[in-house]
Amino acid sequence: MSVSPAPASPSRVASVPVAWRLAAFRTEGLPMIPIMILVTLALVAILAELIAPYNPEVGALGERFRPPAWIAGGSTAHLLGTDHIGRDVLSRLIFGARVSMVVGFTAVMVAGVLGTVLGILSGYLGGWVDQVIMRVTDTWLALPALTFAIFLAAIVGPSQWNIVIILGAVYWTRYARVIRGEVLSLKERDFVRLAIVAGCSKRTIMRRHILPNVLNTAIVLATLMLGVVIVTEAALSFLGVGVPPPKPAWGLMLADGKKGLMAGYWWLTVFPGVCIVLMVLAANLLGDWLRVKLDPQLRQL
Amino acid sequence: MKRFVARRLGYALLSLCLLSLTIFLFVRVTGDPTVLLVEPGASRADIEALRADLGLDRSLVVQYATFVRDIVRGDFGRSFYYRTPVLELYLSRLPNSLLLAVAAMAFSLLIGIPSGILAAVRVNGWWDGAGKIFSLLGLSMPSFWVGLLLILFFSVYLGWLPSSGSGTVWHVLMPAFALGWYFAAAHMRLTRSSMLEVLGSEYVKLARLKGLPEALVIGKHAFKNALIPVLTLAGINLVLMVNVAVVVETVFAWPGVGRLLYEGIAFRDFPVVQATVLVGGSMIVVVNLVVDLLYAVIDPRIRYER
Repeated sequence: MSVSPAPASPSRVASVPVAWRLAAFRTEGLPMIPIMILVTLALVAILAELIAPYNPEVGALGERFRPPAWIAGGSTAHLLGTDHIGRDVLSRLIFGARVSMVVGFTAVMVAGVLGTVLGILSGYLGGWVDQVIMRVTDTWLALPALTFAIFLAAIVGPSQWNIVIILGAVYWTRYARVIRGEVLSLKERDFVRLAIVAGCSKRTIMRRHILPNVLNTAIVLATLMLGVVIVTEAALSFLGVGVPPPKPAWGLMLADGKKGLMAGYWWLTVFPGVCIVLMVLAANLLGDWLRVKLDPQLRQL
Repeated sequence: MKRFVARRLGYALLSLCLLSLTIFLFVRVTGDPTVLLVEPGASRADIEALRADLGLDRSLVVQYATFVRDIVRGDFGRSFYYRTPVLELYLSRLPNSLLLAVAAMAFSLLIGIPSGILAAVRVNGWWDGAGKIFSLLGLSMPSFWVGLLLILFFSVYLGWLPSSGSGTVWHVLMPAFALGWYFAAAHMRLTRSSMLEVLGSEYVKLARLKGLPEALVIGKHAFKNALIPVLTLAGINLVLMVNVAVVVETVFAWPGVGRLLYEGIAFRDFPVVQATVLVGGSMIVVVNLVVDLLYAVIDPRIRYER
């Protein structure tokens, strides 16, 4: 079951809504600011090796706690200063964008695919399948996401890919809930009944008739979820159960920055935080716009 | 009503079972639980003793039954680091967490309710726009970063407030603000939409037709009813605050339940981590149950809904 719609998809079923979606994009003013922020961050993440002036994981101890260039004591050699072991802050921020992008997008995908599939199964099949999936969903939703993620991280240990799996495992429930609700109303619609009469198998109906119709909702949820996932990743890294050091994750940089906080080395705390806020803000704004654009039903969410 | 209560109680119990089952299974499926449950640096003999004690050779069902039995008895195991029963530790930290949560709630309501009312009274006005930006920022700025900025400003530069620890009123202010910040945005948005709904209702129109001054209509008639959903959310959020405070408590070294969870991770003290998550999740299940039941008492329609 493919959930990410590729424009050149050969599948007849998926191509119609995708074309429609792209058409909808052109008609009205795109939210340029969030798109520009996200595209810039994506480019920075992709081209990190070319842009970053230094190796983000290697520092020079002689260069510890250098302030940004425009402050007395700073130099243009380290535009945004250096951290407690002399690593270049700018380079770490640039490579941190890659970590956030990769973790954010893959985690949202894992959660989205899992939640959408289970939501469709639960909504369409009903009965005990529905009962089991929804009871698990309710229980997992009751756990505070961050606490649950910390618990899982404490079991499996810190690594970038473990974080992706953990975030996926924590956040799929939100998709499942919403998608199930959509499916419940979709399955009463005439085109689904016709498909049943025409002798389509349950599998075919779910894949070809239900899935394309919940994709819009899934995409909106994914965009809104991106911000949440990035904040959670930062929090986990900050607590030391996320991306392991010396990898340059923004949350990890904040944790390192705390070491110089009382001495007034503000740049170690301010810059990574600004990056997180920019990315989350852009994702939230884009998500809000998409919600209005693609899925009027979700407006009150 | 009896059937409704019975069903909701059943759901809550089922949730609690699933919760404990989830935690139980995750610990066992992801590898050898003795690795997690034995103290770091334990000897071979210790590991074997624990294995026998946990009954890992027995079936999962028997193991789970033992696990639940211990929890029901209030036995969450013993902390490796503090060498005291985990439950005792947890209860000793809970008052601090509650204090922080209440203070954070006060902040969030003090900011959220007035700004929400203002936004609703002047819809699409200047204040409404500012409120939208504020609530967007509230959702986008991680609470721990807000906390770090507060320390930077009020402790490092101004030197007004202590950066960590607890004991005086001054210690509570910054963590409470950092924690309340996110919730203030949520409370503002709910106050706004709830207020808008009430302002459109018949009795408010009547109050206006009677010629009451606008301040009285909003302050006395609309405000009280608009507050009900907000206070319900606040009640749920209070419990949530105890459980999501882990990052803020870590930033400010606040000795609450969240900090206990953090220490549990840092010291590889698995019984503490497990108990904190389990108790936190149970608290939320119970609160959801209470809210459901209260709503059913208030609104009879809910009782008969299937």
